[in-house]
Amino acid sequence: MTLKIVVLAKQVPDTRNVGKDAMTAEGTVNRAALPAIFNPDDLNALEQALRLKEKNPGSTVAILTMGPPRAGEIIRQGLYRGADTGYLLTDRLFAGADTLATSYALATAIRKIGGVDLVLGGRQAIDGDTAQVGPQVAEKLGMTQVTYAQEILDVKDGKATILRSIDGGVETVEAPLPLVVTVNGTAAPCRPQNVRLVMKYKWATCPSERPADDPHAALYAERPYLTLTQWTVADVDGDPSQCGFAGSPTRVKSVQNIVFQAKESKTLTASDADVEGLVQELISEKIIG
Amino acid sequence: MANYYTDHPEIAFYLQHPLMRRIVELREKGFADKDLYPEAPVDYEDCIENYRRILEVVGDITANIIAPNSESVDLEGPHLENGRMIYASKTVENMEAMRKAGLTGVAQPRRYGGLNLPNVIFSMCSELVSAADASFQNIWSLQSCADTLYEFGSEEQRQKFLPRICAGETMSMDLTEPDAGSDLQRVMLKATWSEEQGCWLLNGVKRFITNGDSDIHLVLARSEEGTRDGRGLSMFIYDKRQGGVDVRHIEHKLGIHGSPTCELTYKNARAELCGSTRLGLIKYVMALMNGARLGIGAQSTGLSQEAYNEAARYASERAQFGQTIEHFPGVYDMLSRMKAKLDASRTLLYHTAAHVDVYKCLEDIQRDRALTPEERAEMKKYSRLADAFTPLCKGMSSEYANQNAFDCVSVHGGSGFIMEYKCQRLMRDARIFNIYEGTTQLQVVAAVRYITNGTYSEIIRGLLAEPVSAGMEPLRARVATLADIYDASIAAVKAFENQEVQDFLARRLYDMTGEIVMALLLQRDATAAPELFAKSARVMTQMAEETVSGKSAYIRAFKAEDLDAFRVAEA
Repeated sequence: MTLKIVVLAKQVPDTRNVGKDAMTAEGTVNRAALPAIFNPDDLNALEQALRLKEKNPGSTVAILTMGPPRAGEIIRQGLYRGADTGYLLTDRLFAGADTLATSYALATAIRKIGGVDLVLGGRQAIDGDTAQVGPQVAEKLGMTQVTYAQEILDVKDGKATILRSIDGGVETVEAPLPLVVTVNGTAAPCRPQNVRLVMKYKWATCPSERPADDPHAALYAERPYLTLTQWTVADVDGDPSQCGFAGSPTRVKSVQNIVFQAKESKTLTASDADVEGLVQELISEKIIG
Repeated sequence: MANYYTDHPEIAFYLQHPLMRRIVELREKGFADKDLYPEAPVDYEDCIENYRRILEVVGDITANIIAPNSESVDLEGPHLENGRMIYASKTVENMEAMRKAGLTGVAQPRRYGGLNLPNVIFSMCSELVSAADASFQNIWSLQSCADTLYEFGSEEQRQKFLPRICAGETMSMDLTEPDAGSDLQRVMLKATWSEEQGCWLLNGVKRFITNGDSDIHLVLARSEEGTRDGRGLSMFIYDKRQGGVDVRHIEHKLGIHGSPTCELTYKNARAELCGSTRLGLIKYVMALMNGARLGIGAQSTGLSQEAYNEAARYASERAQFGQTIEHFPGVYDMLSRMKAKLDASRTLLYHTAAHVDVYKCLEDIQRDRALTPEERAEMKKYSRLADAFTPLCKGMSSEYANQNAFDCVSVHGGSGFIMEYKCQRLMRDARIFNIYEGTTQLQVVAAVRYITNGTYSEIIRGLLAEPVSAGMEPLRARVATLADIYDASIAAVKAFENQEVQDFLARRLYDMTGEIVMALLLQRDATAAPELFAKSARVMTQMAEETVSGKSAYIRAFKAEDLDAFRVAEA
C-alpha cells in the first residue's frame, strides 16, 4: 500500500560533543557554542520511514520541523537522504514552546498536511530528553501510538507490525493506521546522504532563510522544488494561545549544575532484611516510589 | 563530527588547480545537462560547489563508517564458498553505504547514470576512501575500469553495462596469469569464437585478480591462435550473470586483507569482445593500466595521510623525559618529512590527474565532432604530459606511502610493533603499493625515456619560470641550482652510450626528477596558500637537495666496469 509518512525532526545543539563553553553563566545551554544538528533519534526514525517508502512504492516521506528559519537545514538534511518534501513551522508565536505547545503545533500541522498514515519521530531529543512530544502528538490527533520502536517490520492492510524494545528483550506488536511511532536510537542507523540528492537540493531553502540579494533567485523560479514550505501559526489554523510561550505551562524555576559523584558506598548482602532496608531508604529519599 | 575531507583542507586546495576551469568546461560540454538532470551544474561555480558537496559526503562516510570498520575488515577478510568469494561482513556494509550515497560509477556520463566526475575529483574520493581503508579503495576504485569500457566498447555495450556499474555492480580487470605478471605479452588464457553459440568462449586460468569475483570483468585473452606476443591479445567483457568463471583460491596476503585477490578458472565462459581484436594489450590494457596507476597514486596518498595522522597524534600524546616526544629532533625530523612526502604525493597526484582530464575530455569530444587545430594541439600536449607524469606519480607516491607507514611505526616506538595499533596495518597494506600495477622498477622504465628526451627537464624549466611569492623565492633559487646538476647528471649517463649502464642508473635519475618536480609544485602551492604548504615546500626542497647531491655524486663517480660488482655471476 502507498503510505503518506511524516517524520518529526528537531534541530538540536550537539550535546554529545560538549566543550567548556557549552553552558552559559546562567546555567542554560549556550546554543551559539554548539553546532546545530539533526536530532540523532529522529535520524533513526527517518531511516524507518525511508525503508517503508522503498518497500511500498508510491509512498511519500515529509519532514516536519519547528524552529527558527535556519531549521530549514533539517529539511535539507532529510531531502539529501531521500525524503520527498518538508514543512518548517516558523513564527515568533511558536517560540518558547515546551513539549505541550510543541506537540500542539506539530499536531495542527499534521492535520493541515492531511491524510497522513504514519507519523514517525525519534524517541527523544538530546537537548530536552523528555520523550514526551511523540506521545502527546498522538493524543492530540487521537491516533494510536507505539513507542520505543526498534524496527517497523511491515505495514499492510491498514496495520503496522512493529518490533519494540522493552526491558530485558523485545516484543512484536500490531497497531492500526493512522499511527504515531517513536523510534529508539538503537534502531538501524540512518543511511548516508545521497550525493545526487545533495546536488539537486543544495540550494533548497525556506523563503525566510533567503537573503535579499540571493544569488540563486533565478533558479527558484525555474525549479519549484527549491522552495521549501514554511508555515506560520495562521497557516496551520493554530490557536495562538496554545502555541509557543503562551501555550506552555512549564516554567523553569532554577537550573542547577549537578556533578555526579559517589561519596560513600555501602555493601549489602542478599538477605531480605538488607533489601527491605534499601527499598525503604530509597522511598524515604524519594528516589523511588 | 570527523570528516576526512574537511579535516584536511589541503585536499580542497586542489579544487583551485589552474587547469580546473578548463577541465570543467570540457567535461560539462557547455553545461548542456542542466536541463536534463536536476543534479547537473548550471555553471562553473555551481560545478565546483557540487564537487565540494560530494567530497563532504565521501569525507563523512569514510570517517564515520569505513574507518571504524577497517580493523574488523582486516581481521575477517573475504572467504571462499563453493567457488564464490564472500566479502568480509563490514566490507559489504561499506559497499552498501557507498551505493546508497550514489557513489558508484561516478566518472561515467549522466546519461548512463553516473555523476560525470573528472579524474581529479574521482582521485580525491579515492584518496579519502584509502585513508579510511586501503583495502576497500581497491574494490571501490575498480569502477574506473568502466572508463575503458566507455572508451573502447560499442554504444550497445555501454548501454548494457554502464548503468549497472553506476547502480553499484563491481568490476575487475583480469590480466595477470601464473606465467604472465609484469610481462603481460605472455598471457595464455584462450579466447575462441563459437559459431554455434555466437559468442567468444574463454578458457584458462587467471591469478592475483583483485576483486576477481566481480560482476563485470575486463579480460585479457589470446584470440589469435598460434601467436605468442602482445599482438595476439584482445580484450573481452565477461558478465558474471553468464557463468563459467569460478574462484579457485583466495590468496592469504600480508596486507590489504579486505581486498579479495582471486585465482580464477574459466571454463567455456561466454564473453563479448571489447573494441577490436589484437588491440587488447597494446592499446586497451595500456589505457586501463594508466588509470589503475593513478588509482594507486590516490591509494598511496590516502595511506600517507593516515600514517602521518597516526604518527602525529601519538607523538603529541606520548611523553618521555618530561615532554611529549614530538619535541625531540629525531621525532620531528620524521614527522616533518612524512608531512612533506604526503603533501608532495598529493600535489603530484592532482597535477597528473588534471593533465589526464584535459586530454581525456578532448578525446571524448572528438568522438562527437572534429577538434579544432588548437584543441588537437592541446590534446597532444596534455596527453604527452600525462604519460610523463603518471609513472612519476605512481612510483614516487607508492614509495613514500611505504616510507611513511614505516616511519609511523618508528614514531610509535615499541607500541608500533603491537598488533593493537593501526600503524602495523598501514605498513602491511602499503607494502603492495610499489609492487602492483607495475613495480617501481617498471615505473622507472616507463619514465626513463622522458628523462633522456628532456621532457622532464622542460617541465622543470617551465615550473622554474613561474612567478612565486617572495617567501618562496630563496627556495626556488635553490631548486634552480639542482636543476642544473640534474641536467648534468642526465648528460653524464647518456655519455656512457651503454644501455645497461643507463638502465642501471635510471633509478637515481628518476628519484632526482621526482623530488625536484614535487619541490617545485609545492613551492607553487605555497605561493597560493602558504599556511598550508610553506613548511612542506621547505622540507621538500631540502630533501631534494639531499637526494640530488647524493645521486649526482653516485653518477659522477660511476664507471661502466662497476657493473661487474652488481651483476649476477654467470652460471
